[in-house]
Amino acid sequence: MLPDRWLLYTLMLKSRLLEEAVASLWHSGLISGEMHLGTGEEAIVAGVVSHLQEGDAMALDHRGTAALLMRGVDPLLILLELLGHPDGLCHGRGGHMHLFSRAHLAASSGIVGAGGPTAAGFALAAQYTESAGVAIGFFGEGAMNQGMLLEALNLAATWNLPAVFVCKDDGWAITTPSKTVTGSDLTERARSLGVRAVDVDGREVVDVWEAAAAAIDRARSGQGPTFLHASCVHLEAHFLGYQLLRSARHPLRELPDIAIPMTRSFLRPGGAGLLQRIEGMRAVSEALQATLQDPRRDPANDPLPRARRALHADSARLEALEERVAGEISDALAHAVAEVAS
Amino acid sequence: MRTMFFTQAIDDALAQAMADDPRIIIFGEDVPLLRRNLLVRFGPRRVRGTPISESAFLGAGVAAAMAGLRPVVELYMVDFVGVCMDALLNHAAKVEAFSGGTWTAPVVVRAPCGGGYGDGGQHQQALWGWLAHIPGLAVVVPSTPADAGGLMLSAIEHDGPVVFMEHKLLSETGLDFLGSGGRRTVRFDVPAAGAKGEVPGRWQPLPIGKAILRRAGGDATLISVGVGVHRALAAARALAEEGISAAVLDLRTVAPLDREAVCEAVANTGCLLVVDEDYEGFGLSGELSAIVQEAGIRCRYGRVCTQTTIPYARHLEDRVLPNTSRICAGVRQLLR
Repeated sequence: MLPDRWLLYTLMLKSRLLEEAVASLWHSGLISGEMHLGTGEEAIVAGVVSHLQEGDAMALDHRGTAALLMRGVDPLLILLELLGHPDGLCHGRGGHMHLFSRAHLAASSGIVGAGGPTAAGFALAAQYTESAGVAIGFFGEGAMNQGMLLEALNLAATWNLPAVFVCKDDGWAITTPSKTVTGSDLTERARSLGVRAVDVDGREVVDVWEAAAAAIDRARSGQGPTFLHASCVHLEAHFLGYQLLRSARHPLRELPDIAIPMTRSFLRPGGAGLLQRIEGMRAVSEALQATLQDPRRDPANDPLPRARRALHADSARLEALEERVAGEISDALAHAVAEVAS
Repeated sequence: MRTMFFTQAIDDALAQAMADDPRIIIFGEDVPLLRRNLLVRFGPRRVRGTPISESAFLGAGVAAAMAGLRPVVELYMVDFVGVCMDALLNHAAKVEAFSGGTWTAPVVVRAPCGGGYGDGGQHQQALWGWLAHIPGLAVVVPSTPADAGGLMLSAIEHDGPVVFMEHKLLSETGLDFLGSGGRRTVRFDVPAAGAKGEVPGRWQPLPIGKAILRRAGGDATLISVGVGVHRALAAARALAEEGISAAVLDLRTVAPLDREAVCEAVANTGCLLVVDEDYEGFGLSGELSAIVQEAGIRCRYGRVCTQTTIPYARHLEDRVLPNTSRICAGVRQLLR
């Protein structure tokens, strides 16, 4: 079977526009608290979720919006939920980190790594009831250092569970470069736990779609779990308003708040010798540098233009599609804002 | 006297302790970013980032403490203690008893807690009662910058495990990191006296297990910790306008509880209202009732606590967390 590039691009675009609408609501203060967007990982989510059928399950992380939308949840229900409205997907009680859709067997968690055991459990239920369902677990590479996820991989391997563990690797464990806190290659790690493991370029939706097709077919036909390791770049880093990203974007406004107390502390008597202090300073400036030389600025890392390029030939169809999707999301946004205002 | 913000005070006290005692090391997720001011002064040997592996690094903190270090281990939020409860429940809290009193684990677990900024029910819990339930754990919940710094010093000096709870609504950096994200379009009901205040020029340890009377009053006694203290004080001010005189006792430490101060404060008024941001059932509010009854003090009793999972929607959250109007209504009900 060949991928339907039009469908995949539609899913990705819809998700991107919805999350951009969410970001605007967050910036305007209509959404409080944290907001973790999935912008930049749409190719991974679309490439996997587009294979799912009735009875398949999803264990989502704190970025579950894209997966739910692509699985068919009404964008208005999502927006109302994030606005804390009683008519939202979870009646305003869950919020963006705790989105649930029983109809889609989709459960989110804001606890890093929790998607591993949840995917294993959904897969166990499918296996036991012989429903032919599969379970997808979505998580980031930071979660691969969490015991419960590694335990879940082992459990899935030993019970031959119909699960696909999708690792969306953006290289950052919250705000720490993952390579500094990860002792081994993640694909090898999954393999060593007895799970078939595959690397894929998570910016390329067709690549993900093909890898997911194989993984889901295997799971559905009783051949056990797969670990899908997909690299990507999060366009808004870990969450909206992340201080170092703010500093990179508005250095004059933000940097003094970071630099002044840090310099004072660096110069205070008592504490480490100069070498250790310099080491500390270097660690902070490296983190800032890494954020400044941000791969987000490289359009090659944005999965949307990559998916769109393949459709250029039929520009009339492309324009019509984009207009339709934009209209759908802006209608949902207008409707949601009106609901909240009333 | 100096003036400091809440988290600034904690970090300042921590820095003073670290300068004096090389056994103190701090680690946790994103600590090189969150504690960058300590990192550039004390270096990466003592200020360390960890993987997202709470079971491993908290468990390691407990054993490192047993081996002679004084680790301050940071959890991103106390909610995440669910991931690594074993290290506290079955190890840190048990070492002293199991070793016949010959060995302890002097680890400090620094755990941001509490709600009021819209992060939902998995990221805003209080949980101090749940932790205090375990024999062998000390649990401190400061409500002002001065108390926060002083209690941090005591927590480090304490010979056993201490959970140091840092309310996010009081934490200037925590609230920016998790709540506003640099926005000026969101507002939170931050108690000013808890978020910023006078602190000593040089930190002195503030004894663990000592409550403080924040406000005297003859009609009713409000007992609370953390942000709840400020809500209780606001309620007491409002009640004063109705001619009701309410005292406010800030426990500052949940375990061990200052039984003497509790009993004295309640005996004075014969009327106790507990204000607890933690869950109502099987927790601090019931414990305070038991203490008072065990002491033979007759009093009217009520409580304003969090009864359910904290809803995400801000307007629902504001109703679920103890607020001034619920406290005032509770006092009026008791005095009716």
